[in-house]
Amino acid sequence: MRTERDSPRTRLRRFIGTAVTSVMLLVFCGGMVRAQLTVLNASYDPTREFYREFNDAFAAYWLDQTGETVTINQSHSGSGAQARAVIEGLPADVVTLALQADIDAIAANSGLIAAGWRDRLPRGSAPYTSTMVFLVRAGNPKGIADWDDLIREDVEVVTPNPKTSGAARWNYLAAWAWAHANLGGADETTLGFMAALYGNVPMLDTGARGSMTSFVQRRVGDVLIAWENEALLAIDLFGADELEVVVPSLSILAEPSVALVDENVDRHGTRAVAEAYLAYHYSPEGQRLAARHYFRPVDMQHADLEDAARYVDIPLVTIDDPLFGGWAAVQARHFAEGGTFDQIYGD
Amino acid sequence: MDSALVRRRSALPGLGLTLGFALTYLSLVVLIPLGALLVRAFGMPLADLVEVATSGRVARALLLSFGAAAGAAVINLIIGPVIAWVLVRYSFPGKRLLDAVVDLPFALPTAVAGIALASLFDRGGWFGRLLEPLGIQVAYTPAGIIVALVFIGLPFVVRTVQPVIEEVDRDVEEAAATLGAGRTQTIGRVILPILVPAALTGFVLALARGIGEYGSVIFIAGNIPNRTEIAPLLIVIKLEEFDYPGAMAIAVIMLLISFALLLAVNLLQGWARRRLGET
Repeated sequence: MRTERDSPRTRLRRFIGTAVTSVMLLVFCGGMVRAQLTVLNASYDPTREFYREFNDAFAAYWLDQTGETVTINQSHSGSGAQARAVIEGLPADVVTLALQADIDAIAANSGLIAAGWRDRLPRGSAPYTSTMVFLVRAGNPKGIADWDDLIREDVEVVTPNPKTSGAARWNYLAAWAWAHANLGGADETTLGFMAALYGNVPMLDTGARGSMTSFVQRRVGDVLIAWENEALLAIDLFGADELEVVVPSLSILAEPSVALVDENVDRHGTRAVAEAYLAYHYSPEGQRLAARHYFRPVDMQHADLEDAARYVDIPLVTIDDPLFGGWAAVQARHFAEGGTFDQIYGD
Repeated sequence: MDSALVRRRSALPGLGLTLGFALTYLSLVVLIPLGALLVRAFGMPLADLVEVATSGRVARALLLSFGAAAGAAVINLIIGPVIAWVLVRYSFPGKRLLDAVVDLPFALPTAVAGIALASLFDRGGWFGRLLEPLGIQVAYTPAGIIVALVFIGLPFVVRTVQPVIEEVDRDVEEAAATLGAGRTQTIGRVILPILVPAALTGFVLALARGIGEYGSVIFIAGNIPNRTEIAPLLIVIKLEEFDYPGAMAIAVIMLLISFALLLAVNLLQGWARRRLGET
């Protein structure tokens, strides 16, 4: 009975009692939710549409195989931001990120992912690839055909900031690879080309989706360097009477990678389903869906014909090419403080 | 000292309880997070901190952030009281609506504001199209940053000055007039001195807000290293590089400069209040 004469101590005791009960109730409910099979996939921005369809397909497959209902929850943000979120405790069961380097960062900075993660799945844990292409206004009014057009004085280029965006790093490396192959290969000339290219960049958005918005909706610039999958998606969304894709003579093989977050799946007891989820990326259905969402599947044979017809075959330099020597070397040489990107802007 | 405060029976009831609550709350919400920041940053030697602050790029970004925030706060310091004056002293149709509009920058997600401003001011935008023939570029230049911060900071000045104007009786102006003061004299020697302390408070709030503002600025700034790169963006960049100590160092430097600025302006405000109160 509550009366006004309750002593402070009684009131305190009642308060503590309520608090403890609430917390126990919360924990209990949390336990109930956890008992349902859920997998959290921390991914980067351009995969939203792909995973919406892929997750449904996998849930149907898993129900068929095991009789269990599984819910896949998605979290999307910039690739680097997601890596940081996982390091700081986002309880993701799997990560599907834009750069192998971001997954390496999780492994190195938190130990949540085992060091040899790349060898656990086929093709270095990269189930689909993409590349960087140009998106221009319909009719290509500036006649942009290849990388050297991007340093012309009458051309404005839109690309995000390599310091904050994974896509921007691929863009940067693709331009570097072209300049290296076509301008004699001396570092000084290549760097000069890069400086001219970034001299034509009026603003650096923090992420690939931001740059896309600037280019398409705010109509900044003449050419956007973008993920091939994003460029194709944009044409789907905004129409071929607005935009068109130009494929340069040489680009880079971008390998978005997937990995199991070992410590999280062991804590959640989701290792089996999470492993199956990642393996499903390599199944004919997984490959077909990747192709439908404008990624390049590693097994093109599983893609629907109309999807496969979209991809232009051009030489694609890989990150492990001696020119780059893998992500760790690239990071140190180009994007770390004082790297070639900083040199372009002088310090 | 605390216990002395509590034990002495105050005329106001509940001092002990409210004081305790205020201190606990302030500690939980403000002091402990800041303390954690300082502790993590002071893991690094002071020399490193100074080195980070004075490296060209960081120094330029800090200068840009503080300069643009100060510029925007000064603009608001001039425009804000005028708007407040109009809202209090005149009645016109749509006055309530206009009054509510002043608060919009508070309510709008800053990213939305940033995108809207960038679309207005870039070359294809409504304002950008008019300014371009004049050779003025606002979007993706420091001017764009100031525009965003003026937008964000305006309600701070208007809302601090408004109640003070409401307190000023018209009689005061009339009295000044009967004593032979001209309009400029009335404004300069009677009205402004009353408004200055409140306007300064608004100025400080707008300044403080502008220094740390990220969401709205990032879309209109351009983010080109050394030219339009704000200090909060550098913090984000450092975090992206997993350089936690570097990010922390910039954060602490910003914190120290901000604190020094706020303290200075507070002292100035006290001085203004005393001085203008005497005349």
